[in-house]
Amino acid sequence: MKQIITGAALAVWLAAPVAFAEPVELQWWHAMTSVNADRVNKIAADFNTAQTGYKIVPVFKGSYAETMNAGVAAYRAGNAPHIIQIFEVGTATMMAAKGAVKPVYQLMAEAGEPFDQNAYLPAVTAYYSTADGKMLSFPFNSSTAITYWNKDAFKKAGLDPDKAPQTWPETLAVAQKLRATGVPCGLTAAWISWTQIEQFSAWHNIPLATKANGLEGADAVLEINNPVLAKHIQNLAAAEKDKSFDYGGRTTEPEGKFLNGECAMIQTSSAAFGIFKSGAKFDFGMAELPYYPDVAGAPQNSIIGGASLWVMGGKKPEEYNGVAKFFTFLSQTGLQQKLHEDTGYLPITKAAYEATKASGFYKKNPGREIPVLQMTAKQPTENSRGLRLGNLVQIRDIIAEDLETVFAGKSDAKPALDDAVKRGNDLLRQFQRNTQQ
Amino acid sequence: MPQLAVTVVFFFWPAGQAILQSVQREDAFGLSTRFVGLENFASVLADPHYLASVEITLLFSVAVASLALAPGLLLAVMANQVTRAGTLYKTLLLLPYAVAPAIAGVLWLFLFNPSVGIIAVALRRAGIDWNYILNGPQALLLVILAAAWKQISYNFLFFLAGLQAIPQSLIEAAALDGADRRRRFWQIIFPLLAPTSFFLLVVNIVYAFFDTFGIIQNVTQGGPARTTEILVYKVWYDGVVALDLGGSAAQSVILMAIVIALTAIQFRFVERRVHYG
Repeated sequence: MKQIITGAALAVWLAAPVAFAEPVELQWWHAMTSVNADRVNKIAADFNTAQTGYKIVPVFKGSYAETMNAGVAAYRAGNAPHIIQIFEVGTATMMAAKGAVKPVYQLMAEAGEPFDQNAYLPAVTAYYSTADGKMLSFPFNSSTAITYWNKDAFKKAGLDPDKAPQTWPETLAVAQKLRATGVPCGLTAAWISWTQIEQFSAWHNIPLATKANGLEGADAVLEINNPVLAKHIQNLAAAEKDKSFDYGGRTTEPEGKFLNGECAMIQTSSAAFGIFKSGAKFDFGMAELPYYPDVAGAPQNSIIGGASLWVMGGKKPEEYNGVAKFFTFLSQTGLQQKLHEDTGYLPITKAAYEATKASGFYKKNPGREIPVLQMTAKQPTENSRGLRLGNLVQIRDIIAEDLETVFAGKSDAKPALDDAVKRGNDLLRQFQRNTQQ
Repeated sequence: MPQLAVTVVFFFWPAGQAILQSVQREDAFGLSTRFVGLENFASVLADPHYLASVEITLLFSVAVASLALAPGLLLAVMANQVTRAGTLYKTLLLLPYAVAPAIAGVLWLFLFNPSVGIIAVALRRAGIDWNYILNGPQALLLVILAAAWKQISYNFLFFLAGLQAIPQSLIEAAALDGADRRRRFWQIIFPLLAPTSFFLLVVNIVYAFFDTFGIIQNVTQGGPARTTEILVYKVWYDGVVALDLGGSAAQSVILMAIVIALTAIQFRFVERRVHYG
């Protein structure tokens, strides 16, 4: 049904009279809303005025999942856009679609655009590169998970408002202390699978799946039923009983619980900074994620979330030249620096990071460097380079479902994680079968 | 003829597509397609979550239909007796029907959201641990209430029309024979309303099966742990979010078969026993 509707809409759109203009039009489908949508439009407008050969046309296509679905349907109907923004969990699906997408490193080489992969932050690009380091999609908005804490609530509870707990045992103890002084909830976490399973595993240098988390082969199997994770989830479930930890939903819903002062600490995306900055009626700070000191190698580095730009296949060479020019435009230090400073997303080039540092931005805005430091402090291991798992959208939901049964007190952590592994592996095998040519 | 064309384009073609996709396995982009026979159906029917979804859907639709029919009838009977400002009451009672399911979902979400909902806060003050984000039965109750609330208006309208079609003379005759109000309702009015009730039962069940997607999507997204995942939501999730077109199409075909069977059974056996006045 959806495909037919999209197809029909496209047919109407194509039939509409188009003014004949000189520049080559390039469609850019995205999933950004409000302030971020304005930013997308501004970037496109700036590019369009900076040169005359090409015109980027940004089109909002709904949520991440809806945008991806629209792209898939359009490709099947032969009307794919040139550039499409795909969330990080869709990476494996896009990668497996050989022929439907054009790898970025190939695009840049064929267009003859200067392109040095070493100019980009490896912590960001590794997620979107092949095992041997070739960049497949262009990172657009990348974030990582960090801790935010409510300084006012800490002060009221008699805690040091300028110091966030560094380890998980400290975090849980602080959360209990907050509860004891009347705060309704000590800690919550948004994007539960992303923060508590995916980031947690990278941060503790433990594998989420075999084959370097899937980066080195589609036959990877999940390994999240390990003792470290089982203990961690059990700890959270115990804390859920007295609300020192309070689960608040699978995606961004828990951010509301932090904003309204209900929860004094939250682990969520570094890109939530903008929302907290404009909405919080209290003073808050940003800190690295906590870790278990008894896990060897922790803390390692955290991984990214967010989305990247994929180039669709089957377009004309001159159109690809335009896309390549646009990516060069996007890589400019000044533009990246501004994006990073305005949004809480990560800079994607080393030069933009250095420029932000040199400008004194991090000194004036304490905490804003935390996401970058947390991701780049150590050389990534095969447990912390990124994830490449097919059907990851559903695997995340499966993990969330199983965690919900644990937090509701209906199951222990270990059997729930066993169940997630079993069902997740079924989905991985199904993806493997479906994408075999 | 145009009607036939519309039927073919909007009903037979998509249905044919669904049947075709249900016997294929495909990657999202359609780059590799394999014929797999009934494998998709086998895996759907062997999936414990699918069977759980069937149970949830049955519970959900029976609950929604009864919670929407009974108050609808009650309100219609009461509104039918109002002599002053009747139109005002009727208009007000019809308002919820003008609200789109998605909006209805958001309205109920605002009332019951554990963090910000007014009623949720009141419930907590009263000592009830209201948290449908983790508590499955509470989540199911919430979507049932939201879905039923929206449908009460529709039922009210049809019941009211049904009531007004009953000849006043019949009721007066019964009154002269000494039947009290209660008896007049159960022995005269209610049987005469049977055709309306039957029609509404079918409409309400179809509504609960298919039109409540917006409410589920906005309030619970099928959670927690799939306790509110009705069949239609699962079809959408597997097809649109998970891009598993084969599995989703197989579920659509099963759903299609269920609806055809339901309709056939109801019209064949139940309708015969309905007394058309």
